[in-house]
Amino acid sequence: MELIVNGNRVEVEPEPGEMLAHLLRERLGLTGTKIGCEEAECGACTVLVDGEPILSCTYPAARAAGKSVLTIEGLADTYFVGRSQEGAEQQPMLHPLQEEFIRHGAVQCGFCIPGQIMTAYALLQHNPEPSEEEIRHALKDTLCRCAGYPSIIRAVQSAARRLRGEEPLPPLVAPVISESGRSQPSLHVIGTLQPRPDAVEKVNGTAKFTDDLKFPGMLHARVKRAMVPHAILKCLDVEKARALPGVHAVLTAEDIPGERNHGLVIFDWPILVGIGERVRYVGDAIAIVAAETREIATQALELIKAEYELQEVISDPVRARQPDAPQLHPKGNLLKHIKVRKGDVNQGFAEADVILEHTFHTAITEHAFMEPECSIARPTPDGRMEIYVGSQIPYADRHQVARALGWPDERVHVIGQLMGGGFGGKEDIAGQIHAALLAHATGRPVKLLFDRHESLLVHPKRHATQIRVKIGAKRDGRLTAVETELYGDTGAYASLGEKVMTRATTHSAGPYEVPHARADCYAMYTNNPPAGAFRGFGVTQSAFAIESIMDMLAHALRIDPIELRRINALRVGSVTNTGQVLRESVGLLDCIETVARELKQRAGENPFTSRIVEGQPHLRRAWGFAVAYKNTGLGGGAPDKAGAEVELYEDGSLEVRTSSAELGQGLVTVLRMIVAEEFALPPERVRVVVMDTDLTPDGGPTTASRQTFVTGNAARHAAQSLREALAASLAEKFDVSPERIRFVEGLAQVNGHTLTLGEVARIVRQEGRTPKAFYEYWAPKTQPLGTGGDMHFAFSFAAQAAEVEVNTLTGEVKVLEVISAIDVGKVINPLGLQGQFEGGIMMGIGNALTEHFIVENGIVITDRLARYRMPSIMHTPKITAYAVEHPVEAGPYGAKGVGEIVSIPTTPAITNAIYNAVGVRIDRLPVDQEVIVRELSRA
Amino acid sequence: MAIWTHYYIPQTLDEALSLLCREPQSKAIAGGTDLLLELQQGRHPPVRTLVDLSQIAALQRLEMSQGALWIGASVPLNRVIAWPPVRHFATALCEAISLIGGPQVRNVATLGGNVAHALPAADGAIALLALDAQVLVASPEGQRLQPLLACYAGPGKTALQRAEIIVAFQVPACEKEEASAFRRVMRPQGVAIAIENMGIWLRRKDERIEDIRIAVGPSGPMPFRARQTEQVLRGKPLDEETLAEAEKVLKSEARFRTSPHRATAEYRYHLAGVLLRQTLQTAWERTQLNFAEELGPLSVKG
Ligand SMILES: Cc1cc2nc3c(=O)[nH]c(=O)nc-3n(C[C@H](O)[C@H](O)[C@H](O)COP(=O)(O)OP(=O)(O)OC[C@H]3O[C@@H](n4cnc5c(N)ncnc54)[C@H](O)[C@@H]3O)c2cc1C
Ligand code: FES
Ligand code: FES
Repeated sequence: MELIVNGNRVEVEPEPGEMLAHLLRERLGLTGTKIGCEEAECGACTVLVDGEPILSCTYPAARAAGKSVLTIEGLADTYFVGRSQEGAEQQPMLHPLQEEFIRHGAVQCGFCIPGQIMTAYALLQHNPEPSEEEIRHALKDTLCRCAGYPSIIRAVQSAARRLRGEEPLPPLVAPVISESGRSQPSLHVIGTLQPRPDAVEKVNGTAKFTDDLKFPGMLHARVKRAMVPHAILKCLDVEKARALPGVHAVLTAEDIPGERNHGLVIFDWPILVGIGERVRYVGDAIAIVAAETREIATQALELIKAEYELQEVISDPVRARQPDAPQLHPKGNLLKHIKVRKGDVNQGFAEADVILEHTFHTAITEHAFMEPECSIARPTPDGRMEIYVGSQIPYADRHQVARALGWPDERVHVIGQLMGGGFGGKEDIAGQIHAALLAHATGRPVKLLFDRHESLLVHPKRHATQIRVKIGAKRDGRLTAVETELYGDTGAYASLGEKVMTRATTHSAGPYEVPHARADCYAMYTNNPPAGAFRGFGVTQSAFAIESIMDMLAHALRIDPIELRRINALRVGSVTNTGQVLRESVGLLDCIETVARELKQRAGENPFTSRIVEGQPHLRRAWGFAVAYKNTGLGGGAPDKAGAEVELYEDGSLEVRTSSAELGQGLVTVLRMIVAEEFALPPERVRVVVMDTDLTPDGGPTTASRQTFVTGNAARHAAQSLREALAASLAEKFDVSPERIRFVEGLAQVNGHTLTLGEVARIVRQEGRTPKAFYEYWAPKTQPLGTGGDMHFAFSFAAQAAEVEVNTLTGEVKVLEVISAIDVGKVINPLGLQGQFEGGIMMGIGNALTEHFIVENGIVITDRLARYRMPSIMHTPKITAYAVEHPVEAGPYGAKGVGEIVSIPTTPAITNAIYNAVGVRIDRLPVDQEVIVRELSRA
Repeated sequence: MAIWTHYYIPQTLDEALSLLCREPQSKAIAGGTDLLLELQQGRHPPVRTLVDLSQIAALQRLEMSQGALWIGASVPLNRVIAWPPVRHFATALCEAISLIGGPQVRNVATLGGNVAHALPAADGAIALLALDAQVLVASPEGQRLQPLLACYAGPGKTALQRAEIIVAFQVPACEKEEASAFRRVMRPQGVAIAIENMGIWLRRKDERIEDIRIAVGPSGPMPFRARQTEQVLRGKPLDEETLAEAEKVLKSEARFRTSPHRATAEYRYHLAGVLLRQTLQTAWERTQLNFAEELGPLSVKG
């Protein structure tokens, strides 16, 4: 057949069963079109056929015969045809939509971006002046999990204006509220609007994610999953699969040369379950296949026969703790009993005028990063193994792969790739080890790509929890005691379960000064998919419980909910419930006041009373309020360090290297800005290399909102050391004291004359040295839980208010507006921060209203994206965000973590608003509209 | 392992019919937004041959003739929505299909597929039923015009034979004093199929409902016509007494089930009353608008 692709005539014969996305990506090499689901749900694969947007993942290639296809790679050309291309050499040619997506910070991980831009382009073709409503409708099924939907809307509006010959819109960033009485250091780059270094490639389709890579001779792997939640594997027959033509290897547990388990903390997760061994969840692997094509590998899976002896399924953590429950692991079902003790809760409750007690439930939720997991393993001629993967912890991958192969770590080389979102879900091993085992066995490169179905089944989720809270307070609102009991469902394997549930527990009394606190948490193994890290790291769950009961308490005491929080808020000098004295950087009160002020402007003195929408008596509106805090960094005594290296090149550019992971959150921009700041030069002159274990020093895990702080500090110190070393060289050469040497605007000033940085690099090299510096930054020491010392080196704080509209007839809930103020210490990268603010709130809305990963008796019901709903652009409320700056002395320029705190108070702010609107207390997530109707009819 | 082996794109109806007759394990495909997903996910018996209906002129028809709209079975939904007569004279249908998927899905999905897929709460089908659409079906024996419900055999089961093709829908155009409306309730979690939807067509005479048709899904195995409720409303003014009676009858004649993780039967019975009142009210108000321009933007909340 013949078709036109991006203006070029192409002749190809469609293959049986071939979809257009496959034709474009695999046969024409146009990998800018992404595949997020292959079930017509996500929109990542959108291309235009004869001018109309369609989903190429479910569009038969044969159907494109005689048609004209436009992909992201061809978009810019449509704009430049017939236009002057002046300056095209220096500037990449981009369509105004592409440029505006960059300028407005709508590009985060970038995976959804080609689909967003193509869908928006089709809209603008038909409708050059779309309203916000029309933009939402057009992008309704084009999902972004980084969820900078407001930025996307503005980018489209701005591009539409430019295409109409009008002025573009300015990007929107959060206004900054500074701690009063603090002087601001003068900074050149920090706090300015900077595009992401990887933005251009992400908008024009040239960005390569792991599945976009191909190697000669590459085989395709697939994994045979147990698909039973709890069983003993009795027999396994892989002979037929081995015999299938095109199959190069079928491996089982016996074929693992090294250690047979993997894990991040505890090595309890079998790489492959062997005969006679225990299957603990449906996603357990029992065999892996490598074949010439993915189809053959899939066919081979069906030829593998397994027999199981089924066991009783443990489907919830409460059952797991009962003495007669079957034991899933040699040490039993209790992963960890976590305790927090402060003062004497009995005394606290005795002193209370009011005591409330309530139990809350939160559901399992799924990261649903837009890019499903993909790993490629490639044996190299020198006997090493390269792993191409988008991973949050490259060095842990290296270690785990090496262990499985029985090799020293150095023999494995992890080459981190762009990541289409992680949110905590790409910390554990997915396909890295399996791909490596198969590559080792076959001597060929092996790609292991999860489809969405497999991704949903296999990777660790957010812990479902049951949280009982008992709270006591004086009549004036002062808290006297908080007691919590948590059950966390950590699923089949430990993953980061212990750490997540520890954070849930230590934060379970909220950001309040409580004289007497006691918390007990039981992190239990079950036969559900494992639970691990997920943005918020346990605090999402406990914040929902404590912030709900705080509103209940406000109600019981007839105190304004904001006032109740003000009275009890942590402040400088407060002691947390783990015994930590907060000495600085506690911006909670400023966050509360900022949101309170905005609330008052919109809703007057009584934002928390229910209002009827005029003319629609069944619609009720009200605001709800919540606060939160979240640690930055690993804490609890874990050594928290990162290394970074900065090098100066003879062309005057700098390069900063670290293995910390960029998942879309914007670390690369932050590192670039920090190095540029230290040399007072334009950020474009700084390159950032991340995630390569050969080239870059260990940056530690990308988790716990730690990267800006820890890796940012490493980069800053490395840049400073380099600056000092350069100054020393110049001082010697020009015989001046090093203090007299200045670095400004890419130049070194020595005693009146100036040298370019390139010349400086040459001078140092002539001295036989390499102009580079490495710095290993160690975050301030922390103490383990229970010792009463500093468990964390910094906390971020937040206050949010949400306005909801509840339909009393159907129970439907809509979030209309969210006001947010977050104490981030210091704003380094405002555009990136805005993306975090917006995306965090959207994830909070999902957690409250749309997301429910359903597992029944160990069987995953939500095994397709169509059954697991993340918020779309249609759920996007009006968002007003403020950045509050209470700097941390040790943070880079005062900054602390932001990635998680932004999302945590959103859910309880929404559920509190629902209560205020209609009087129904939501104590189980996600909100069930049916329950609202039932409760209302009961009332 | 490929989900199909042969893909044909016939240009004429005869060609399509003969391919479907001739090729073993063959199946018609329009937009593929239901069929391809079912094949990919192993929820459909394997097929060898797909016969693509998207390029057959007879199935691409969009015209008004003798007081009826003729809507080709494989016209993409977005084109149906953009065709002014649908909005003016078959408002419920326009509303219903505007709610299906996003623009990418609507650029390929069709009404033929929505009906042939045979779900009891498909939005397009519920609106068509309320509008009393007739279906033009082609088979190797010739063409016939049949009522919509004759296309249904059970939940997800069409009464059409493999070598039968829906050519077009004939939808009577609303005349003066007539109007239609469609509404649905979704659940924010889980699949994007209405937990309940309703289409209403009515003719008004002064302050009374002269005639009315009500379609509801999912009540029973196929799209449901609430004939007893219609009977209660016929000839009545739209007052609280009538509404209360109609609501009672609707709840007794409809058959709602509990779908695990989606909705309980109890909730659906409750919603039936809500949807009845709201949809009826909207349709009633629309009868007073003579020109669809006055309709204003249709509600297209998803
Ligand atoms: C993201 C998404 C959201 C959706 N949302 C909704 C929604 O909100 N409401 C809703 O109702 N549906 C929804 N759907 C379902 C789907 O889009 C509709 O049912 C669509 O109308 C089916 O049309 P199609 O042309 O794609 O059918 P296909 O998938 O091509 O065909 C479906 C079936 O009909 C048969 N068929 C198709 N055309 C004919 C014909 N002319 N004659 C005989 N048989 C024929 C096919 O053989 C097949 O068995 C959604 C789907 C997706 C992917
Ligand atoms: S990949 Fe096509 S819609 Fe998700
Ligand atoms: S930028 Fe949209 S999914 Fe990451």
